[in-house]
Amino acid sequence: MRTLMGYLAGLLFGLGLAVSGMTDPARVLGFLDLFGAWDPTLIFVLGGAVATNFVGYRLAMRRPNPLFASAFQLPRRRDLDGRLIGGAALFGIGWGLSGYCPGPAFASVAGITWPLAAMLLAMLVGWFLARALPSPD
Amino acid sequence: MEWHSYLAGLVGGVLIGLSATWLMVTLGRIAGVSGIIGTLVTARPRGDSAWRLAFLLGLISGPLLLVLTGGGLGNVADRPGAVIGEPAGGVALMLVAGLLVGLGTGIGSGCTSGHGVCGLARLSPRSLAATLTFLATAILTVLMVRHLLGDGA
Repeated sequence: MRTLMGYLAGLLFGLGLAVSGMTDPARVLGFLDLFGAWDPTLIFVLGGAVATNFVGYRLAMRRPNPLFASAFQLPRRRDLDGRLIGGAALFGIGWGLSGYCPGPAFASVAGITWPLAAMLLAMLVGWFLARALPSPD
Repeated sequence: MEWHSYLAGLVGGVLIGLSATWLMVTLGRIAGVSGIIGTLVTARPRGDSAWRLAFLLGLISGPLLLVLTGGGLGNVADRPGAVIGEPAGGVALMLVAGLLVGLGTGIGSGCTSGHGVCGLARLSPRSLAATLTFLATAILTVLMVRHLLGDGA
């Protein structure tokens, strides 16, 4: 049952990315290009997603626990640190170079190309490297 | 103004928000793609991997479904109805970009979905800081590549 719930979540997510046009790097780069022919579509996507999820999370948290798990697993940290900001900065550079963040990159597998395959492979390598870095705590 | 594109973006965004809520209601998890797939690939946690793999398969099959039905429900710029857009560069550029995206989301504990869609909805100060940071560096990168280095891509 947990596997099915995970699949349905992924399916909805993938449909949302495809319908919104986020599986098109040109749309994403068009949004990031504030000084060119600006494409505001991404704002509608992020705004719609955050607003929906803001309400959804509040309704979800009224339950004592999830339907198919013992507890909600939420990040507890609220402090800012160098890893968070430095990591986000590196991610942004990669995002700006390619127009792919992890969700749209994997969601675009149905239209796989050599550059996308390279992107996905390098992303996996990056995740292994990040995991291999010594943790400060 | 491309109101049709903005509306499609809004509808897709609502679907993404529903997906994140669904994952929280059913499994109590944050719908962060880099966390879900990155942990699956690098750690393969025992008893906690099947739903991650299923999420990945769902993520791929959503757009695939739209491609196969051929109903023109995509929102690719300048190709009405198309579902998957072309890459913005070649293999070499994508190797560099992919490495930065993997490394950055790994070190920074999240990407556009985990920090953006989920973290902002939880009003997390860490996610707000991360989202503002990656938006800023991404905008600066596009400025550099498109306007300052002047290849006009």
